Amino acid sequence: MSGVRPMPVRRIAGGVTLRFRAVAVGAGCLLLALIFCVLAVGGGDYPMSPSDVVRTILGGGSPAEDFIVHELRLPRVVTALLVGAALALAGAVFQSLVRNPLGSPDLLGFTQGSAAGALLVVVTGGGSAALAGGAVLGGVVTGVVIYALAWRGGLHGHRLVLVGIGATAILTGVNGYLLTRGRLMEAARAMLWLTGSLDGRGWEDVLPLLAAMAVLAPVVLLGCARPLAITEMGDDLARGLGVRVQGLRLVLLAAAVLLTSLAAAAAGPVSFVALTAPHLARRMTGAPGPNLLATTCTGAALLTGADLVAQRLFAGHQLPVGVVTGVLGGGYLVWLLAAQRKAGRI
Amino acid sequence: MTETIAYETSGQGNGVAGMHDDGPRLSGSALTLSYDKRVVAEGLDVAIPDKSFTVIIGPNACGKSTLLRALARTLRPAAGTVLLDGRDITSLPARQVARTLGLLPQTSVAPDGITVAELVGRGRYPHQRLLRQWSADDERVVRESMEATGVADLAGRLVDELSGGQRQRVWIAMALAQETPLLLLDEPTTYLDIAHQIEVLDLCARLHEEAGRTLVAVLHDLNHAARYATHLIAMRDGRVVAAGAPGEVMTADLVEEVFRLPCRVIDDPETGTPLVVPAARRRTETATR
Repeated sequence: MSGVRPMPVRRIAGGVTLRFRAVAVGAGCLLLALIFCVLAVGGGDYPMSPSDVVRTILGGGSPAEDFIVHELRLPRVVTALLVGAALALAGAVFQSLVRNPLGSPDLLGFTQGSAAGALLVVVTGGGSAALAGGAVLGGVVTGVVIYALAWRGGLHGHRLVLVGIGATAILTGVNGYLLTRGRLMEAARAMLWLTGSLDGRGWEDVLPLLAAMAVLAPVVLLGCARPLAITEMGDDLARGLGVRVQGLRLVLLAAAVLLTSLAAAAAGPVSFVALTAPHLARRMTGAPGPNLLATTCTGAALLTGADLVAQRLFAGHQLPVGVVTGVLGGGYLVWLLAAQRKAGRI
Repeated sequence: MTETIAYETSGQGNGVAGMHDDGPRLSGSALTLSYDKRVVAEGLDVAIPDKSFTVIIGPNACGKSTLLRALARTLRPAAGTVLLDGRDITSLPARQVARTLGLLPQTSVAPDGITVAELVGRGRYPHQRLLRQWSADDERVVRESMEATGVADLAGRLVDELSGGQRQRVWIAMALAQETPLLLLDEPTTYLDIAHQIEVLDLCARLHEEAGRTLVAVLHDLNHAARYATHLIAMRDGRVVAAGAPGEVMTADLVEEVFRLPCRVIDDPETGTPLVVPAARRRTETATR
């Protein structure tokens, strides 16, 4: 047998080069997201140069600049950053859990659950804090119900997909009904929320998501990424390698549902970020497996970028960010499917 | 091929070695195995002799893969216990079991875009910790596993691009990288052409002889089983019909009892092991009439 010569170092080590590339992609996307943030903070009725923005954020601005940056504009970009990261992370987790590239929370019913909760609050005349609470509660309850229905001596990807698609259909109907029940003003507010918007976000909107990300992101990224990658190779194989598959699924599903719900509470059900970010990250890193860190950073860059476009595309008229992500994400998806068909894969 | 994977039966990484008495390291007693409500086997007793190359044979749906899954702890028995080193396998920590017993299931999926070295590296999972991830030790074991299975030259290649035989050797390399004294393989030769089947079985035999590993495999081909196994377990309808050395177990009567196949058993002209020759059609048809 001819395998006894020394191998090039680059080749082995579980793909050191690929790992480096994954880290580089993550860092690059994070940098891009921060640049988008600075540009977004600089824009508006009182334009500021990027250097002024950075100086103000670091604490060297005038009182007026301080107010504009810290109170008016920063909460919005931080919301975009966190919502993008949370949705992307949850999307990557869902896609890996159900072993299906379309397995994002938008398509599995979790987002519709959040929407139903929020709409119920709007129709009954609740305020914005109650709306956020409704979104979280709706998402979590939907998550528990889907989990319970899909459970059969363990959680299996295809059952989760089927139950989730059913839940999506039911909840879409429920949401449509709730919209017709609301008065015109409420319905308009509900529609804006349903599109996904970052307008007028304050620190109180960001904090719950910030807290959740601070706890859940390390748990998922550090604790679950490797066993999740192993589990993608098959349940039996993963168990044979010592992964506690069902426990892992439970933890990851809970984390992903919480992140999706809190993101929806902060910005509404922003579409397609959870679906697109993992695909983009996989293409950029070229690495197998869930690529959680790179995906998280990609999501942050996607949503901050989309929000920048939403603010700047039409002078004097802001688009809801969900419109931009929907158009960009949907377009990307169609392109991806077309490219794969050309390559003969579907 | 002078390289072997260095590994001692009592060294670190063997988990519970030395904690059992005289019985075999891996055995099952009074096992009831079922999927949901469908019972596959009941009251099954089985022992895997230490350092044997045990092959489980039997007709389709006789429960041989299910037994393998139970022995590997991926299926929890509805009743009975699987003992690993004298202790109930379900009571042992997952990581400890994974350092003692490796499993190569039939249904493994290579992730898109994974290289051979990376896939083999994933076998190191039970030896890694959150804060001690990729070590020089892992690097060495992965290299040795690839050399032992003859896939070192393919280290940087994508698994998707390999032939069936190469891919199977890569999976076996991954299982080897797990560095376990016991290795369970579920139909490792399925979907391979005859040359690749022999190649994989030769590899298994070498891995068994070289490092004193205990190998357990489910095989469909009786002649392969008889030629390579040191211990045969024949199953039918969830029962062990016979167990022992191939020369004693593989008789025409047993094959007929287990597979309902009239046949003759002659000596393999290459190895002298039993060779099963199915009866010609005319004899089969008169026999069933």
